[in-house]
Amino acid sequence: MQRRLMLAGATLALATVATAAPVLAQDYPSRPIQMIVPWGAGGGTDAVGRVFASLLQENLGVPVNVVNRTGGSGVVGHSAIANAEPDGYTIGVMTIEIDMMHWQGLTDLTYENFDVLALVNADPGGLMVSADSEYQDAAALLEAIRSEPKGTFKGSGTGQGGIWHLGLAGWLMSEGLPPDQVTWVPSEGAAPGITDMVAGGVDIVPSSLAEGRAMIEADRVVPLASMSEERQEAFPDVPTVMEATGTDYTHAVWRAIAAPDGLPEEVHDRLESAIKAAYESEEYQTFMQDRGFGLRWAGSEEATEIVAADDESLGAVMKEAGLAAE
Amino acid sequence: MSVMAEAFGLVFQPFVLLVILASAAFGMFVGAIPGLTATMATALLVPITFFMDPVPAIAAIVTATAMAIFAGDIPGALLRMPGTPASAAYVEDAYAMTRAGRSEEALGAALVFSAIGGIFGTIVLMTLSPVLAEIALRFSSFEYFWLVVLGLSCAIFVSPGSVARGLVALLIGLFAATVGIDNPAGQPRYTFGSVELLAGVQFIPAMIGLFAVSEVLRSFVDATRRPAIVPDRGSGIFRSQWRNLLAYPVQTLRGSVLGTAIGALPGAGADIAAWISYAVSKRFSRTPRKFGTGHVEGLVEAGASNNGAVSGAWIPALVFGIPGDSITAIVIGVLYIKGLNPGPTIFINDPQLIYAVFIVFLLANVIMLPLGWVAIKTAGTILAIPRNVLMPIILMFCIVGAYAINNSVFGVGLMLVFGVLGFLMDENDIPIAPAILGLVLGPMLEQNFITSMIKADGSFLAFFERPIAAGLGLFTFAVWCIPAVTWAMRRRRG
Repeated sequence: MQRRLMLAGATLALATVATAAPVLAQDYPSRPIQMIVPWGAGGGTDAVGRVFASLLQENLGVPVNVVNRTGGSGVVGHSAIANAEPDGYTIGVMTIEIDMMHWQGLTDLTYENFDVLALVNADPGGLMVSADSEYQDAAALLEAIRSEPKGTFKGSGTGQGGIWHLGLAGWLMSEGLPPDQVTWVPSEGAAPGITDMVAGGVDIVPSSLAEGRAMIEADRVVPLASMSEERQEAFPDVPTVMEATGTDYTHAVWRAIAAPDGLPEEVHDRLESAIKAAYESEEYQTFMQDRGFGLRWAGSEEATEIVAADDESLGAVMKEAGLAAE
Repeated sequence: MSVMAEAFGLVFQPFVLLVILASAAFGMFVGAIPGLTATMATALLVPITFFMDPVPAIAAIVTATAMAIFAGDIPGALLRMPGTPASAAYVEDAYAMTRAGRSEEALGAALVFSAIGGIFGTIVLMTLSPVLAEIALRFSSFEYFWLVVLGLSCAIFVSPGSVARGLVALLIGLFAATVGIDNPAGQPRYTFGSVELLAGVQFIPAMIGLFAVSEVLRSFVDATRRPAIVPDRGSGIFRSQWRNLLAYPVQTLRGSVLGTAIGALPGAGADIAAWISYAVSKRFSRTPRKFGTGHVEGLVEAGASNNGAVSGAWIPALVFGIPGDSITAIVIGVLYIKGLNPGPTIFINDPQLIYAVFIVFLLANVIMLPLGWVAIKTAGTILAIPRNVLMPIILMFCIVGAYAINNSVFGVGLMLVFGVLGFLMDENDIPIAPAILGLVLGPMLEQNFITSMIKADGSFLAFFERPIAAGLGLFTFAVWCIPAVTWAMRRRRG
């Protein structure tokens, strides 16, 4: 009896070893997938990651678990994605910070260490001022920034060298002004920056308009312009920068789904098609609209081009503004 | 009126009530285990609530966090391992009461006055939200700078032992807070090229290490010299609270009001509230010398303040969508997903949903009483477990808790380093609690100072130019000077 049990056990163990042997790409996916989010639970990137995880889970038929790896301005989480085994069982949400952190000298990691599967969201930057501000349109604000001494105006909305800081610096450069004409006051995000603007601490917040929506609806914040090619659906009365000041300037943050570089082709194709199906689903579309996030689709090839182009342009702004490491 | 009826209808459904009960039990369990924390309880709930209707989703988070924050007092009182930086303010008193065989009275006070503070905060939230949010909007980095300085000063003045030792502890915490890249300049500091250290010293693994691991180490180093823990001598969980309420009505009210007010400021929160309230309580007490030796007065006031602040944090969150702490930040995310956009219109567009959320707040604070009773009674039995069995189990939970916060082994290493540090500090009579507060408030202190200086183009006077900032600044100086003045006067007389 004892002997037979042992035999059965041995057979079972052998069977397990056999299945654990290198999984063929055709069988993908055959076990749970880990989805790494480089930002904290409850934030916008986390929400996008979780919605995708649940939609991919349905499509791929295996559990997709969200893991938040936060800190270090996104370096920790992005490193965790890039350093994982390229077998399709670790994917993650990549954010625009990947195009900034290596210029700052924080890491050697660039977008080239990833297999960018798709771009699933983009939010243009904006120009917002407090309702008490004396400048109620972008042209007047720009004129005042130009004529007053450097540093008279203060902007806020991310950390030093953060994405909205670069958006503002890039806009000033496009208007022929030095990138530090407006002094940047670092904050822990758009929400504290907007709060501080309403409290009279700073003058401008160049974050996405969606991040100021509650305050815009409360008539505390006035959106002056959107840094996009066309007006945003959620804010039809807000002109683009082109309309407001006549300068062709756009700036947007995006979120992409990425895997470590070196995925087998079958796995890459399977994931890309699953992500496309998730993007097109009713759930994702309504979720993004409810939350006020911009919808933007780019497949793997186009997404990689967008990420590469931003890498170059952000690098140029950072060097000009003295935010890049020597 | 029909809105209220509709709100009641939304809450009093079998499914919602079941969710409240289940998340209450979950929060109580996670909070009561040393090493696992309220933040962890919330983070674990988020993926589940993502796919629920708005009312049960928010009910689950609100209930679980309220329970977990109270339950953090249980290991604090029984084992001197507080679960939150806020409950660290009164851990010495609670632990001393346990040693004197009054653990049930200590925990009963934490429970009852937490509930009172929480209910007070909710009533303020229901009636005065728009007005208070308006005031909170006037706070900029100048005002927050002074509030943080005030909170840190309180940590030094209330710490048992000398002010110098308190200051040493605080500086250790402030130093640990400088590590990483999340500072105003965005420059990596003390990271030695480590990617993990870029994220800085995360306070949850550090807190678990300083309090729980150091206590585990201590129990093995001098197991024989340690006084045996006294089981409760029948002090009663609820019996003594009526007496405490009659003895300290002013303290209860003061704690609730101050806690709710500080909680309503998005840049402050429950941690600052509990410490300031404990210091206020000691300052105005008739028996300040008894503080830290097992005196229930500070526990009453800081306990009420702590939970008042948790409710108060919802005021700016609901009215302007501004998160006051990590928990409201998570809930604002959930609200947006549910199409319930925070903002002044939330009271006009979906009043029944908002009132349903308020009812959940009240309900959570009420069912905290019976569930807390069960938790205290159950937890009391752990005192009977031999230390050499209990401590390894606690260490195991500490490792789980430190790992889970960022799914990283680095958290476990951090926890062990801080465990040894906590042990060394305690051996040298340096209090641990101010170090934790320094670690939590250090980044806020730096952020508010640097950004204020940038805004003012480097002028120190700006810290006194805005009326609220000037008031807070002068008050802080007064707090610093009063001990010196009284000392000088006593000397002249003597």
